[in-house]
Amino acid sequence: MKAYWYGIAALCLALWWPAAVAQGETAADVRAIAAELSGASLPKMPGILERLEAAGGEQVVPLARALLEGDLYVLEASDALVIGRSTGGDGFALEDPLDGTALGEYTKADLKKLRVNNRVRVQLRGMLARLTLLAKDPAVRERAVRNMLERPDADSVQLLRDAVVNESNAGVAELQWLVIALYDIEHSEDPSVRLQALGHLDGRVEPEVRNALQALLAEGADTPPQLRRQAQTMLSALESKIAFYEFLETLFFGLSLGSVLLLIATGLAITFGVMGVINMAHGELIMLGAYTTYVVQLLMPDHIGLSILVAIPAAFIVSALVGVLIERGVIRFLHGRPLETLLATFGISLVLQQAVRTIFSPLNRQVSTPDWMSGSLEFNAVFSLTYNRLYVLLFAIAVFVVLQLILKKTPLGLQVRAVSQNRSMARSLGIRTEWVDAMTFGLGSGIAGLAGVALSQLTNVGPNLGQAYIIDSFMVVVFGGVGNLWGTLVGGFTLGVANKFLEPATGAVLAKILVLVFIILFIQKWPRGLFPQKGRAAE
Amino acid sequence: MNWKKVASKAALAAGTAVLSASLYAADTIKVGVLHSLSGTMAISETTLKDTVLMMVEEQNKKGGVMGKQLEAVVVDPASNWPLFAEKARELLTQDKVDVIFGCWTSVSRKSVLPVIEELNGLLFYPVQYEGEESSKNVFYTGAAPNQQAIPAVDYLMEDFGVKRWVLAGTDYVYPRTTNKILEAYLKSKGVADEDIMINYTPFGHSDWQSIVADIKKFGSEGKQTAVVSTINGDANVPFYKELGNQGISAEDIPVVAFSVGEEELSGIDTAPLVGHLAAWNYFQSVENDANTAFIKQWKAFIGDDKRVTNDPMEATYIGFNMWVKAVEKAGTTDVDAVEDAMIGMTTPNLTGGVATMGKNHHLSKPVLIGEIQEDGQFLVVSETEDLVPGDAWSDFLPGSKDIIADWTKPVECGNYNTVTKTCSGQNY
Repeated sequence: MKAYWYGIAALCLALWWPAAVAQGETAADVRAIAAELSGASLPKMPGILERLEAAGGEQVVPLARALLEGDLYVLEASDALVIGRSTGGDGFALEDPLDGTALGEYTKADLKKLRVNNRVRVQLRGMLARLTLLAKDPAVRERAVRNMLERPDADSVQLLRDAVVNESNAGVAELQWLVIALYDIEHSEDPSVRLQALGHLDGRVEPEVRNALQALLAEGADTPPQLRRQAQTMLSALESKIAFYEFLETLFFGLSLGSVLLLIATGLAITFGVMGVINMAHGELIMLGAYTTYVVQLLMPDHIGLSILVAIPAAFIVSALVGVLIERGVIRFLHGRPLETLLATFGISLVLQQAVRTIFSPLNRQVSTPDWMSGSLEFNAVFSLTYNRLYVLLFAIAVFVVLQLILKKTPLGLQVRAVSQNRSMARSLGIRTEWVDAMTFGLGSGIAGLAGVALSQLTNVGPNLGQAYIIDSFMVVVFGGVGNLWGTLVGGFTLGVANKFLEPATGAVLAKILVLVFIILFIQKWPRGLFPQKGRAAE
Repeated sequence: MNWKKVASKAALAAGTAVLSASLYAADTIKVGVLHSLSGTMAISETTLKDTVLMMVEEQNKKGGVMGKQLEAVVVDPASNWPLFAEKARELLTQDKVDVIFGCWTSVSRKSVLPVIEELNGLLFYPVQYEGEESSKNVFYTGAAPNQQAIPAVDYLMEDFGVKRWVLAGTDYVYPRTTNKILEAYLKSKGVADEDIMINYTPFGHSDWQSIVADIKKFGSEGKQTAVVSTINGDANVPFYKELGNQGISAEDIPVVAFSVGEEELSGIDTAPLVGHLAAWNYFQSVENDANTAFIKQWKAFIGDDKRVTNDPMEATYIGFNMWVKAVEKAGTTDVDAVEDAMIGMTTPNLTGGVATMGKNHHLSKPVLIGEIQEDGQFLVVSETEDLVPGDAWSDFLPGSKDIIADWTKPVECGNYNTVTKTCSGQNY
């Protein structure tokens, strides 16, 4: 008898339970499910998240986003799930993940971060895409659709079909149609649906489009010929388009590498090209610029975006001062003795490296990239320019222009050119050649410091930074023509672009070797480089 | 003569007696440390020097080995490969050390090898390497390829459904050999030629634009793609930065690295790396008492609360403890006796298991796969159930398939061909 009653109770429960889920649970239930997250192991998480999505709907978007971005914590004292936003230093402002009420400020020690792995991240992205498909902000909607583009499944596509009818933003609608079309081409049995779907692919360059077309063409003979023909024309149009963008991309890569070469060589073009000093410590002056950036970031940890702008003048001054010290302390005593200068500056480079090792430790230092320099400027799915490279390219050109102005338009520039052309004549005309030497060397060194700021955004900041670039910078100056800044500009960009166009064919190692061999041959034929000094100055 | 003077004299006499007694007990056991303290490798190797010094100090606190105090002899081979051989000779002939802990790069080990074998020294090598070697005089406490590379590939293949592979590495012996093994392994698993892309870059490569663009293209052809990275040290930072900037996340194309550990991550901005993977035999984030104690001891020894521990440190820890046990078992520091005692020796590792030294002078180790987190630590996502014994000669290379290393009787050979039943003339 008792068992009978239990059976009925169980039956009732079974009937009632799915109904409750379907009708949406109360806020308290959502909260209860969310609370399970705080102690969940990684394999358990996907299940909890699924239930959370079903129960909470749009309500759980902030929670999911915080979990994805690593902002979701457990408050140790109460075991409550909270979103924490860093307020600088160790402080965190907490808010409730479900209703967003502020919960006051806590420190890092009070919180335990909820960790997720890639599988959960993929799930969260899909979940967010489904939940934000109808968001108010078109940018959010676009992100949601774009996420579905990579992994379209039947459920998401059904959601899209419902959403696309009411979509007001033309761009988002187009993207939605694209996803639906991609899904139809792959899964639909009806040739007319597939043909219609092909129409939506026209003009798109997403890799998924190419894959869909290729998959369609690879199908068996029972694909209607009309469909095949259409796909074939679209694919060849698409491929020539992609090839064009790839060319542009490689060109940009080359210009970007060229701009780095230009930056590191410009300083040397002054000290080596104009003054004739073989400065082996040039790389270390670049390194000092990079370390200055690091120190500036240490001093203003809350303004990383601004720190780079502050670091530019700071690095110039630090490297210029060290440069002037080297000139006054060592190089002026070795005037006209290139071999001794080479050895002495090589010694200085070792001293500077070891000094940095002693002060900052031999480990690489972390220089953060400000937000405005991360990510890329997207033109379309296959062509985008990374911001950090773009800014470095602009920066290199700006430095070059300013330097030309200094040399051509200022009294210092006039004196520098006079001294480099004919020292004794300049001296008899009343120019303090000693002072000009120090200033010129300082200017070249300061520009090396600027190169360091740029490099800190591209590569490691460590004691070996300078060594990695010294050979390249000499190469560019010699190739471009000693004593000619325009030669350095053209030389830098030529080598950069040549390297990048060789690289896909030969690999990075061989490309570098080929460029070196080319320069050796070039120097054999034209020992004075691309733009040799002409006239009396060259004698 | 007042009482004070008497007392001090007595104390002096007593002190001398103690001192001469300890001197009489055959002075000390010398431990050579052969790690670069300057040059490019100083970044990684300085840490291991400090680890050995910490272990020596602790052992001395426990009363040393066989009642003798240990004395560390530190030399600096300055990241200069031939200098490694000279310094090893100096340690063995002038300082007469009983054991050497040292080397990081494979090329430095290869440079030391002839010296160690000629002078019958004893070297503990604590870094993961490409295998294809087993010397009578060397104990390899780092991972062989079957304890790192192959389980990582298995994980990606089974748990992640990866179908296309990019093998990217720095251009030198470790990545080249590892990639050769991996390529053969992938092909044996039915991966087609066009689904494997191999790429080498020079040391310290910093301009990753075109390579990352290539990887992106390679990965956009509809099959789940992963990158297996044997990129060394410094070059990793610009590589991951470029991945982030070009919008490739760990969910799209995960990168599993064999040379990126806690120490490498401590100098960089980890934001673009989150979710990428690394395969090691130890992570600092593994929770157990031995590890917690080790981390605490390390931070106290180095006097810096921010310092991290890593896999080669654990390998040094295991190697050192095993050597101490072997010396105590053999009752002498004589190299041949210690070598015999080492085989089959067990000692607890820091991840909760027990490491055993095999007949081929390689350790058994657990293989852990971890995902990089924002704080530069790893979240373990996969762990082998049992310890994996190290395989000196890879089973996936045609040249070494039939070769084994066995330093016990009757084989006693590091390069024994099981088909022809011959030992190669070369010792290792």
